[in-house]
Amino acid sequence: MNAAVTDSTQISDKPARRQPVGLVFCCTILGAAAQILMKTGANHMAQPGLLGMATNLPLMGGYCLYGLSTLLLVLALKDGELSLLYPVIALTYVWVTALSFMIFHDDLNPWKLLGIVLIVSGVAVLGKGDRR
Amino acid sequence: MKTPVSHMLLVLFASFIGSFGGVFLKSGAEAVRGGLIYLFISKDPPFFNWRLAAGVAMFLLSSYFFVLGIRPPGELSVLYPMVSLGYIFTLLWSRIFFKEPLTRVKFVGLFLIVAGVFFVGLGSK
Repeated sequence: MNAAVTDSTQISDKPARRQPVGLVFCCTILGAAAQILMKTGANHMAQPGLLGMATNLPLMGGYCLYGLSTLLLVLALKDGELSLLYPVIALTYVWVTALSFMIFHDDLNPWKLLGIVLIVSGVAVLGKGDRR
Repeated sequence: MKTPVSHMLLVLFASFIGSFGGVFLKSGAEAVRGGLIYLFISKDPPFFNWRLAAGVAMFLLSSYFFVLGIRPPGELSVLYPMVSLGYIFTLLWSRIFFKEPLTRVKFVGLFLIVAGVFFVGLGSK
């Protein structure tokens, strides 16, 4: 009985290898997709008010993706450090900037590119620290 | 600079609440027993994982104030750097509430990310 209990705790400890930074990485992709959907929804509001929002498929889809991305964040925070994982959420800016450029043809300039490079390298630094 | 101070305060407030959302989500996540089905049911009384609920509520509230803040005439080039402040707050709270070590890796990573968000904001005219 005792052995079984010890075993199960060992199994539940193992997901520490699930690489929390990787989970937050997925979480930022979902978050960016959510923002793009919400922007699309906001651009095509059929009617104002709560009813208009509730019947707006892209907008609601965006909220669902946000919920999903929060779930992933909770999973990541179960095993990982907050101080390490929270800044990784900034990756969302990278995806949103790239997607806005591709979908809404927003302008892409050297400042934005420099920002993207800096964010990506910052996340890479944090990701390396996580593996230790 | 045309960004009104009220918009700056809104975004600052949003990042402040957001950083606490992270704290509550983290302490709520630690109370989650097994799989995600038990998300809002914690292992100890009162069984309702209120920390997780509070974290989600704070994230929602934070995004509400953020959207209010970045409305025109708020300029992203001014407001995005204030979002980065949320990451710095979080570093502090992680130290205070969870006794997480502040390593050089975290400082370097955070510095790069804060600078990156600054430049993305600068490019978003």
